[in-house]
Amino acid sequence: MIETQELVAGYGPVNVLQKVSIKVQPKEIVAVIGPNGAGKSTLLKTLVGLIEPRLGTIRYDGKPITGITPEKALLLGLALVPEGRGILSGLTVYENLLIGAYVEKNKKIISERISDVYARFPVLAERSNQIAVTLSGGEQQQLAIARALMSAPKMLMLDEPSLGLAPNLVQKVMDLLCDLRADGITVLLVEQNITQALAISDRVYVMSTGKILFEGPSAKFIGKNEELEQAYLGGVS
Amino acid sequence: MSIEIIIQQAINALSLGSLYALLALGLAMVYSVLGLMNFAYGELVAMVGYTIYFSINAGVPYGLAAILGIMVSIIVALLTELIAFRPLRKASYAAVLFATFAMSVFLQNLIRQAVSPRPRGINVPELIDSVIKIGSFRISTLSVVTLVISLVSMGLLVGFLQKTKSGLAIRAAAANFEIARLLGVPANRVISLAFMVSGLLAGIGGVLWVSRIGGITPAMGFKPVLSSFIAIIIGGLGNLKGAVVGGFVFGLLEVLLQVVLPPSTRPFIDAFVLLIVVVILAIKPEGLVGKKAESKL
Repeated sequence: MIETQELVAGYGPVNVLQKVSIKVQPKEIVAVIGPNGAGKSTLLKTLVGLIEPRLGTIRYDGKPITGITPEKALLLGLALVPEGRGILSGLTVYENLLIGAYVEKNKKIISERISDVYARFPVLAERSNQIAVTLSGGEQQQLAIARALMSAPKMLMLDEPSLGLAPNLVQKVMDLLCDLRADGITVLLVEQNITQALAISDRVYVMSTGKILFEGPSAKFIGKNEELEQAYLGGVS
Repeated sequence: MSIEIIIQQAINALSLGSLYALLALGLAMVYSVLGLMNFAYGELVAMVGYTIYFSINAGVPYGLAAILGIMVSIIVALLTELIAFRPLRKASYAAVLFATFAMSVFLQNLIRQAVSPRPRGINVPELIDSVIKIGSFRISTLSVVTLVISLVSMGLLVGFLQKTKSGLAIRAAAANFEIARLLGVPANRVISLAFMVSGLLAGIGGVLWVSRIGGITPAMGFKPVLSSFIAIIIGGLGNLKGAVVGGFVFGLLEVLLQVVLPPSTRPFIDAFVLLIVVVILAIKPEGLVGKKAESKL
């Protein structure tokens, strides 16, 4: 589905990503875990074209897409639910969804997608005309995911969707990701909540200081949170 | 003070306020999307003035000259974006700020060299430059025209922002530029669009401004850009509603002080207005309708 080779990217003089190579197969749930500042968010932003890579390549279905714009990434089917949800202030719930389908020109398709996400997230339908930033944290997270679904993605990337949510809401988000995978959407999940990330993912990459430390099937690491955290710390020092 | 004079001055204040609001909206439009002040904004008003001046001299009727002026304003606004903003998109805040100053100085000197450093008069048509008399009321036609055109323009702008896809894209980019890009709003297109709308508002405001002062000078853009800037600050940075409120408050203050202060102090009106602005900001540092700065992604 998507594959990076020795990706280097960053801001200003700093290379946040230092030769990151990952691979995600269709309909997989892949988790990327690691401490703050490991470069997980930078990796996702680079994949969707918000940050231009300095070196390395990104391939999507085998074709190079290195350096594409976010709009082209959306048209290819890559959508990102950003860290902190990125709900647009001043816009209603409906308008947030509408802008999620910005790259789609066909109005009929857009209204079909709106009905689809309202069916999946009934609370958003109820709050359609409410200013979106007045929603609760859990509702905002649903809106952020719903908005990403408005572009009909083939691959959904999420940057710490559990951040700031109560445990029962975190569980809801994770269940939702499993549902989406069942609907044929590939999921790339960046998380600090190791337990949750391991529980729902097929494979996991462990990242620290801009490098992939190791990878493997998630099942192999379940119950080994402490060892994983030790590994981060080793990477940090 | 008679009731007639109070009503007349109230209309004058509303009229000047609406003009400031319109001009401030144009400046705030670019600020809200890019987070940068375009200090070459005043030169758009100057461009309108000089276009009207040359058009009238060439025998073009005032209305058409005004439309030409608005078109030139839009074109210069788009060129400002292309020359001063786009190549510096990834540069520091200071670099872009200086680039807009440079653009402003360049345009002023272009006028000085190509036309003349001296002021020139513009004959505003009598239709606008007359006084409406209703009983004992005397209201300048220009005040009414300014008020109506400004309010209609702002109404149309609200409609554009609320009801069109491009308007939604501008609002999204104003709320959070990176998120808007992430959702597929092309950066270059939405920025050009913001400059276009900014040029249009400066154009319409510029026509009203030029009609009001009835003349042109190379540095004529200073007062409009400064007033717009102050209006935005009073209302609250990065907030279009704030620009409108700030514009009206600023216009109201100017007219009020003109009426209230003794004639000998009139040369210092700007100082008094700014003093009140300082007091407003001391009480509400985030502006009258401003919110505490929200963190962007």
